[in-house]
Amino acid sequence: MEKRVVFDNRWLPYLLVAPQLLVTIVFFFWPAGQAIYQSAFIPDPFGLKTQFVGLGNFEYLFSNQYYREAFLTTGVFSVLVTVSSMSFALWLAVLADRVIKGSGAYRTLLIWPYAVAPAIAGVLWLFMFNPFTGIIAWMLSQLGYAWNHNLDGGEAMALVVAASAWKQISYNFLFFLAGLQAIPKSVIEAAAIDGASFWRRFWTIVFPLLSPTTFFLLVVNVIYAFFDTFGVIHTITQGGPQQSTTILVYKVFADGFIGQDLGSSAAQSVVLLVLVTILTVVQFRFIERRVHY
Amino acid sequence: MKRYIAAGVIAALMAGVAPATAATQVDFWHAFTGRLGELLDEQVSKFNASQDEFVVVATNKGNYSETLNAGIAAFRAGEQPDILQVFEVGTATMMAAKGAIKPVYEVMAESGLPFDQSVYLAAVAGYYTTTEGQMLSLPYNSSTPVLYVNKDALKAAGLDPEMDLSTWEQVGTALDALKESGNKCPLTTAWQSWVHLENLSAYHNVPFASQENGFAGLDTELTFNGDVQVKHIETMGQWAKDGKFIYSGRRNEGGAPFRAGECALFTESSAGYAGVKKEATFDFAIRPLPYWSDVEGAPQNTIIGGASLWAMAGQTPEEYKGVAAFFNFLSSSDIQAKWHQDTGYLPITMAAYDATKASGFYDENPGTDISIIQMTGKAPTANSKGLRLGSFDQIRGVIDEELEGVWNGSKSAKDALDSAVSRGNELLRRFEQANK
Repeated sequence: MEKRVVFDNRWLPYLLVAPQLLVTIVFFFWPAGQAIYQSAFIPDPFGLKTQFVGLGNFEYLFSNQYYREAFLTTGVFSVLVTVSSMSFALWLAVLADRVIKGSGAYRTLLIWPYAVAPAIAGVLWLFMFNPFTGIIAWMLSQLGYAWNHNLDGGEAMALVVAASAWKQISYNFLFFLAGLQAIPKSVIEAAAIDGASFWRRFWTIVFPLLSPTTFFLLVVNVIYAFFDTFGVIHTITQGGPQQSTTILVYKVFADGFIGQDLGSSAAQSVVLLVLVTILTVVQFRFIERRVHY
Repeated sequence: MKRYIAAGVIAALMAGVAPATAATQVDFWHAFTGRLGELLDEQVSKFNASQDEFVVVATNKGNYSETLNAGIAAFRAGEQPDILQVFEVGTATMMAAKGAIKPVYEVMAESGLPFDQSVYLAAVAGYYTTTEGQMLSLPYNSSTPVLYVNKDALKAAGLDPEMDLSTWEQVGTALDALKESGNKCPLTTAWQSWVHLENLSAYHNVPFASQENGFAGLDTELTFNGDVQVKHIETMGQWAKDGKFIYSGRRNEGGAPFRAGECALFTESSAGYAGVKKEATFDFAIRPLPYWSDVEGAPQNTIIGGASLWAMAGQTPEEYKGVAAFFNFLSSSDIQAKWHQDTGYLPITMAAYDATKASGFYDENPGTDISIIQMTGKAPTANSKGLRLGSFDQIRGVIDEELEGVWNGSKSAKDALDSAVSRGNELLRRFEQANK
């Protein structure tokens, strides 16, 4: 039997993919092309005059030690956000999956944070950890620890990671829970009858069966950490202290929208574009091979 | 018959609509929310009620950076408002954009309304005036840093609450005593770059940047790594290490702990007055910004922060008339005096200052005149007229980062300032390139 769908009309398949292509061109290729074009110029903010500099914007960027350091910061930040939000979500999903009474209520509560806008999430965490007035900072001071993320880069990083991950946990939780519930109970019961412990059942049956979900979430979370977190960073640390929380996308935002340096901002977008393309290729080439569908 | 009724209805409608469309609409984008937004709306409706030729429509566009962004984006789309409120940091950006703005002196001259630049406070107007003395934007909300003192905290530390705190040396002794008595936050600050570098430089009559702090040209270089600045930042760094100066953030995050009574001394804008007066449950005083007594000529005058109003290019002559009428209204002394008294911002004209003095406001609210005395005590020099630097928002970001390095002990004051100067100069060169 022929598995592939065969279209009688030559043009119908093109027509069917046309809307998707159009959206991709208008919302992805066109802006990306614009960014590449603009990265070759230094314009004044009002667009009155513009200087062609070729690769000058990139030279300027990479000669800056702080920009080079931002790569490391971005790496640390995205790994921490992805790992913590995914592992915490998986843990919650496993717990929620076992609950029988009132599971609906638990699930609803766990999904809530996703509805919170990044900037609001940032402000919430900032309130709790404000060195003077925050409740958690106060508790820490009672324990003898002086919290001040305005001065300590490590604390600032911990705070933006916590706020960013917290927001993403709900999303991951939803997918993990759906994945868990799709695993046939009979398989797990059979393993239990054979005497396999909970952890053994989890690592040898559940986790491999969850791998498609996990892989999907890995891609989504890395993209989230790369692109959607500048609201959190802007409200909590503004990239400080001493650029310790300046990730690449925040620098694009800060230089473009605060500093009005559109040339540099465009060049940084191009760098990010390349970086994410490479990451996506790596993920699909190497990690996806370990996924069992 | 039906036709006549329809015609009659249309005629009646047009008659009803006509007076509303006759008034020219003047769009005004600003960055005020909360209490300041209410006070601004009050001024606008007063203006609209005072005449029927123009209608000013004021719209909030977010914070200062966002408002400037909105104005720039709108200009690029050909939809710019008539008036845009721009913070002092954006002044050089606006000035360099010659085709995007219409200078205030031109707007006023064309309108035929009386306009005399000399009625504005020199120290304020100077910021927005070219080296040839032409006013480019209308001063509106300007403030200057002062020292807020929690008198109860001084008393608790065994100090005289009325003690002299006009020099940093005296502040140092007060901090020692406060720390000794177990105070957790002897000193904190808002806007560290503005208060402790920009104003510090002007106040001690040392340059912050070459070319008259950027007034005389785009080819300016930062010079705030001089002896006076290094000494000040070094001292602050030592205080930070000893727990006498507590860093609370880049903006005015320090306001909350001061108003809550946790911090004893607080350097912040004079416009912080409204908040302190409303929330502080302790006895507080406003004092002049301290200076180093061993610097010759100190104290000079401090410089301003806040925002001014710019007329955007590309509008109709009718609209510019409306802009001029509104600017004229805002500069009138009773409107200015009320604004000054309500907000803690400086009065922009001498007449408004005199009117406030005559009303006895300063006697009832001691300390509210310190900001203006501090700014007008001496005629501004090339070093204390103000700052006009491109990409200044980014440069402040660089300064914030480097100062944080001093406060957390990872950098010496000299290294941090040297590095801030060289990184800032790079940004200046880029700005120069973009505005060739």
